[in-house]
Parts: sequence; structure tokens; C-alpha cells
Amino acid sequence: MSPKGYVFKESDLLPLSLGAALLGTGGGGNPYIGMLRMRELLRKGARVEMLPLEALGDEDFIGSVGGIGAPVVGIEKIKQGQECFRALRGVEEAMGLSCAALISAEVGGSNSIEPIIAAAYAGLPVVDGDGMGRAFPEVQMSTFFIYGLDPSPGAIADDKGNVVVFKKVVDMYWLERFARHIAVDMGAGAGFATAPMRGSYVKQFAVPGTLTQALEIGRTILDARAKRHDVIDRLLEQTGATLFFTGKVADVRRELRGGFAMGEARLVGVGEHAGSEARIAIQNENLVLWVDGAPKVIVPDLIMNLELETGEPITTEMLRYGQQLAVIGIPAHDLMKSERALEVVGPKAFGYPDIAFHPLASSNAKGRTP
Amino acid sequence: MIRIGIDVGGTNTDAVVMDGAKVLAGVKEATTADVMSGVIAALKSVLAASGLAPDAIDVVMIGTTHFTNAVVQRRDLAATAAVRLGLPATASLPPMVDWPEDLRAAIGNHAYLAHGGHEFDGRVISPLDEGELLGIAADIKAKGVNSIAITSVFSPVNTEFETKAGEIFAKALPGAHITLSSDIGRMGLLERENAAVMNACLRDLSKLVIDAFRDALDACGVKAKFFLTQNDGTLMDAAYAERFPVLTFASGPTNSIRGAAFLSGVAEAIVVDIGGTTSDVGALHKGFPRQATVAVEVGGVRTNFRMPDVFSFGLGGGSLVVDGPKGVKIGPTSVGYKLNKEALVFGGSTLTTTDVIVAAGRAFLGDHAKVAHLDPGLIARTEAKIADMLETAVERSRLSPEPLPVIIVGGGSILVKDKVGALDVIKPHHFAVANAVGAAIAQVSGEVDRVYSLASMSRADALADAETKARAVAVSAGARADSIEVVDVEDVPLAYLPGNATRVRVKVVGELHVA
Repeated sequence: MSPKGYVFKESDLLPLSLGAALLGTGGGGNPYIGMLRMRELLRKGARVEMLPLEALGDEDFIGSVGGIGAPVVGIEKIKQGQECFRALRGVEEAMGLSCAALISAEVGGSNSIEPIIAAAYAGLPVVDGDGMGRAFPEVQMSTFFIYGLDPSPGAIADDKGNVVVFKKVVDMYWLERFARHIAVDMGAGAGFATAPMRGSYVKQFAVPGTLTQALEIGRTILDARAKRHDVIDRLLEQTGATLFFTGKVADVRRELRGGFAMGEARLVGVGEHAGSEARIAIQNENLVLWVDGAPKVIVPDLIMNLELETGEPITTEMLRYGQQLAVIGIPAHDLMKSERALEVVGPKAFGYPDIAFHPLASSNAKGRTP
Repeated sequence: MIRIGIDVGGTNTDAVVMDGAKVLAGVKEATTADVMSGVIAALKSVLAASGLAPDAIDVVMIGTTHFTNAVVQRRDLAATAAVRLGLPATASLPPMVDWPEDLRAAIGNHAYLAHGGHEFDGRVISPLDEGELLGIAADIKAKGVNSIAITSVFSPVNTEFETKAGEIFAKALPGAHITLSSDIGRMGLLERENAAVMNACLRDLSKLVIDAFRDALDACGVKAKFFLTQNDGTLMDAAYAERFPVLTFASGPTNSIRGAAFLSGVAEAIVVDIGGTTSDVGALHKGFPRQATVAVEVGGVRTNFRMPDVFSFGLGGGSLVVDGPKGVKIGPTSVGYKLNKEALVFGGSTLTTTDVIVAAGRAFLGDHAKVAHLDPGLIARTEAKIADMLETAVERSRLSPEPLPVIIVGGGSILVKDKVGALDVIKPHHFAVANAVGAAIAQVSGEVDRVYSLASMSRADALADAETKARAVAVSAGARADSIEVVDVEDVPLAYLPGNATRVRVKVVGELHVA
């Protein structure tokens, strides 16, 4: 392993959780609890290093873990702590190997921090990257599965010590289905580990640099607030994101379909967008942004809502009438936009067969520096 | 019905006497360190102003920031044991983990994790272990701690374990103050637990303060029953308030918004309370303040109280006006309560917003000659800047695109013209004591927040069940059953889950039942 790893400090946790919340594109769960859990571990002497993708050995095994369940349960039944760690041990034992590092499947929201916590227990480093570069509602929507990772074995673990290993699943859809049902039996909050991957595979198919990106976003928001700068302006400058709309929430419609929170938010423009209207389609995350009827940002590109005044990331569950929002868009990583990826995470996969995916042009993105 | 409303603020104790919907008298007195003598002074002077005898008073409503200030200033807090039921779950974050160090130290940092707790669907996480709880009770006793907060996972869904544990502790530690989290908070373990622990650590103080209020009323010969106002603008009786002092947090801004609504007769509006240093802006919806949806911190502790969504900004009657190359700057610095010494119109040497308004001929205060020299350009730019600050703040709080009136209360009301942006302005009578009026008119509420599994019941049945429970809560808090109305219903499906679990929140309010 390269010695160039970055060691997480307590002061990284707030910016990381803020950036991860924004990359959650409206979903992904609140990283606040995870941030506190990691803080407790750091205060007790835990040390976790973050490695760039290049530092991984081709033959190393890289484990991927995350929480699975309902965010509302997550704020009430707080984790025992080692759920993900036990799930990791479950897949390691099933395959008879030991992982050399862990990676997040989903940097957006609470699953940015779960692998770091499991890494603290396992004494392993984490990889600066993930399988989405954002949040998506289902396990199979990560680059790891899109590009052909064998989903067997998987494991799920609860607070009580139960570990269920899925020895053989024929595809990732079965894994998702089984895992979600057992997660409910486990109290709708559990730790989940998918099959460890070779370092060579992760280097090829992980979205690179996303933990650093989350850290940078969070630091920018906090710095802008401290200096009383315009948070949105600073974020646009730092991330290369494009501002698509500033407006006030005029209506939020929500319904439950198949266990997912579907809905739509309608915004009326303010400031430079006065007179315009925007709509955002929601399925846990923000899926499509229309401005005056024309689709402007389409999944898998990232649609992110921030409170205009404070730059606070606004999740779809927090959306309410009267909020003033800035809606910004960031292009998804190329790995998320291939033909193969779009079959899983493109507009058609989310029930918008009539919308053709038009990728956002990447604008003046500044390099990501750790 | 003759009622007295009292608002005990950090600086002033305001009191009003109301006969039905009519304000008979309103006064302002200084708040005193012992609370009681300030309340006595306000009571005596408002009774005198109204010309009524003390025995003519039917009921007294008191709003106080005393408990909030105690937490913020870390004073008069009792050593408290925080007991959580939920192991093996929740072990990763012990009680008070997200508290500021000094506050945790102020109450002794006694945190205990025990077995218990429920799953979201009502199953048991682990059975309650009486032996384990008795061991904790012995430890609490050995430490000489007398206040206990008990929080069980998913207690808003099932209160059984908190109740049982409460009985076990009450038996093992006779006379201990015991707070159950399900009596106070809603979903969100840490926030509800934080509220329960803060409540427990205020129990010694609440006895003193409630006794002081009772003694002040006695000293003035007022025999009426008295109530305290909660952060949602509704009432609890004195005995309940003594058990749940934490529920008074943020009742100050709530009372001023509710008072503004009442004095103006408007139920949908934006309310701006302009003081000497800052202005508070909140939205009125169905006569109640719109509530914050994000976690609200009190003294550095995250809570999920029903708090009004109030936005404060640095504009007041004493705000400094500074002209510079980048235009006029107003506030956030203010001469505050020294306005009547330091402002130009009162012979001072500091240019304040009040001076500019007097110079513009919009108010008659102090000596106009002392601001006659002000540059008309500066006056115009300052007025424009004030209008701009108000409009931005009001826009931020608007609930809907419909044109709403803006109600202006507080001593700094002279800063406002007859419009804020395109919205009409209402400046009601008695605007200076709107907060005491808000206390006087408070109603009684009941709220329920729980998760229903719609696999076994319909959504309509779940909503109906929640409403029935909320009505029962309101009646037990003193509401007249036939006056109860539902003011808020919210159901949020729990995402990422099959099985259709839904979180339902219902709030009802009713008129106080006065026997």
C-alpha cells in the first residue's frame, strides 16, 4: 500500500457529512448520526486512513459495506455499531479471504461514513471513491454491479449479532430483494456487505475521489458561512456545478409506491428566475429537473437542492412549502453515463421512457485536490 | 372571562389584563433576578391600570424564558442520570454524546445504557431487565443523583418499557424526579432523549419557579388558577409545567406571534417583532406560528421540540447607521436599551435608525432639531435599506404566493412604513405588549407522532387513531372537549421499505376549560 494515505481527523467529519448530504442529491439518509459515531471512535483512538484508487494493489480484495433500511428508523434505533463490520466478516468468511481496504457503494448521504466506521473496527483503510458518486435507492445501481461484479456472496447483520450470508444469488436484483426483506425483519436498519472486489476492478470501475469531493464541498460551505460569503456562489466556483434555478417551493406531492417515496416538487422562480417555474421529480432522490417544461438535468446527473440563504443541503424529506432553494446540477461521472450504466440508472430505469438522457456538459470544474 | 397574561422575558416582565377579546390594560416592568418581585410589580401595576380587584381575575397565563436561560447560562441545573433502554442497539452513541462539554459536566455526565427498546413495528429489541435497572438505580443512589430521564427506543410507538422502568426507579429511589421521553418528544432518539434529560435537570428549578409564580399571585391577592405557555403557543397547568419545564422553551417568540395575530384579528400573516437590537420574523398559519422543520438547538443541544420557525436579523430601533463607500450599513450593532441616552434625538452622539425615522418626519420622538442636519440623501438611502432588509426577511418567511398582511409589533415598529414590498402592513394597538397578550390568549393542544404499519390497517384508520389519541392528550391537558379542532395532520411514508410503514403526526387545539 502507498504511504500517501490521508488520515481522518475529527475536524473532517462535519465537512464530510455536509458534502455527503449534498451528494445525496436529496436522498441517501442523514449522515449526522454516522458523523457522531465516527467522532466517538476517533476520540477513543481509532485511526482510519483514506487511500487514492491508485494506491490499491491489483490482487488486493476491497470490501464494500453500507447501512440498509429506512432513514427514519436510523434516527430512532441508532446502530449498535458493528453491524457493517460483522457483515464484512460474513462475506470474508464465506469467500475465505481478508479484505485490504473498504469502499463505499454510495458516497451520497449516510453510507459515506458507514465504511469508515467499519474500517475503524477492522483496522483497514478506506478508498477515496465509491460506486455511485451520489445516492441511488437500490444496491444494484452502483458501478460495481453495473460493470459485472458477481453479487455472491452478500451478507447482512443486525444489532443483536445475527448475520445472514447470501451464499448464492443469481443476480443483483435477487440480492437487493432478499436483503431488503431481511433488513425489515432486522428492524429496518442493518449493516450490509457485498462481495469483495479485486483492487484492479475497483481501480477501473469505482467513481474516483468522491470522499475528497464531499470533504471539499463541506469545507467550502463552512468556509463561505464563516466568511459570510454567498454559499451558493462559492459552491458553484468550487465544484464547477451549474445553477439551474432559484425559486420557492410552491408545492410538494408525495406518495408511497413499492416502498419508495415518489413525488414531485414545484418551484416558482425568484430573483433572476422570477417568472419561471421548475419541477423536480423525486424517487427518494431528485431524478429530473424541468425548467419551464423543458428537462434540464436528468438522472444520473446530479440534481441538488440547497437552502438559498444558508447553503444547507435540503433532502427530499425536508422539502416543504415556502422554502427558498437554489437548484444546482453536476455532471455524473462517465462511468455512470455509459450505455450499460444508463440501462440501470438512466431516466428509463426510473420510469421516464419518454425522456432521453442529455448529459450535462462539464463546466469549469476545478481539479479535486485532497 | 377576565384573564391576565404575563410574559417574563430576560429584560422585561410584561403584563396585560384582558376581558374576553378586549385588552383592558398593559404594562412593562423590569425583570428581577428572583423573578417573583418583577412578577409582583407587573401584576400590581396592571391591576391598578385596569381598575379591577384581584378577585375579579378568572385565570392567569404566564410565559417565561427562565428555563431556556437556565440551560443557556448553565445555572441552577440538577445532577441528572440519563438512562437509555435499547441495548444492544444504540450502543454506538451513549446519552448526551452530542452535548457541549460544559453542559454535560454541569449535570454530572451520568449516562447509562440498558436493555429494552422496541423495533419500528412494535417488536421488542430486548426484554427489560429489572435486575440491570436495579443495579443502575443503586449506582444513581450512591452518586446522590435525584433526577432521572428514561428514554426507550421507539417509545413514541410503544411506551411500555419507559413506564415500567419509571416504576422500577420510583420504587428503588423514592422521591426521585423521573422524566419519560415519550411524554415530551417525538421520533428521533437523540433529540427526544436530549429533551428528556434537559427536562429532568430543570426539575428542581421548576419547583422553585412555579412556587415563585404561585407566591407572587398570592402576594397580589389573585386566587385564580394559573397556566404556563408552551413553545407551540398552547397552555399547560402549573402542576404539569412543574413536571415538564422543558416545554416552555421558545414560548417567548411564540407568544409574540400569537399576540400579534390576536391583536390584528388575522390568522394568516407574517409577523415581525421589532425590538431595539433585532427583529424576529415568523409566519402565522391558522393563528399559530409555523414550526421549524429542522433540528433546533437550545444551549448547544439538538432538540426536536415543536419550535416556531423564527428568523432573527439585526434590525432594531437602536441599530447603528453607518454610511460608507459600499452604501449604508445598518446594525447588527445597536445601542439597545441605552437608546434614550445615546441616540441623537435624545442628545447622544450615535446615529441610529430611530434618528433617521425622526429626521424623515415619520415619528415624533426626542428632539427633532438634533437630526435636522442629516443629509436628505442619507435619510433616503437608510429608509430604502431598512425597507429592503424587512422585505428580504418577510419574503423568506412567506408561506404561499397569496398576498399576506405583515403584522408589526414591538417597540421598533416606527421603522416600518405602510407597506413591506407589495404587502400591506398592520400595526395593531397594544403592539408593545403583544407577547403578554399572546400568553393571555393561549389555547390547549394535544399532539401525537407515531409510526403505523399500514399492512394491518388502512391509512384512514391510522389517521383516525392518531386524532383520537391527540384529542385525549388535549383533554387531559385541560381543553374543553367540544372546542377541539385539528390544526395539523402530516403523514410521511417511511422510505426504502416495503410494508408501508407511515409516520403520522396529528395536532389538535382547543379552548381552555375554566370551571
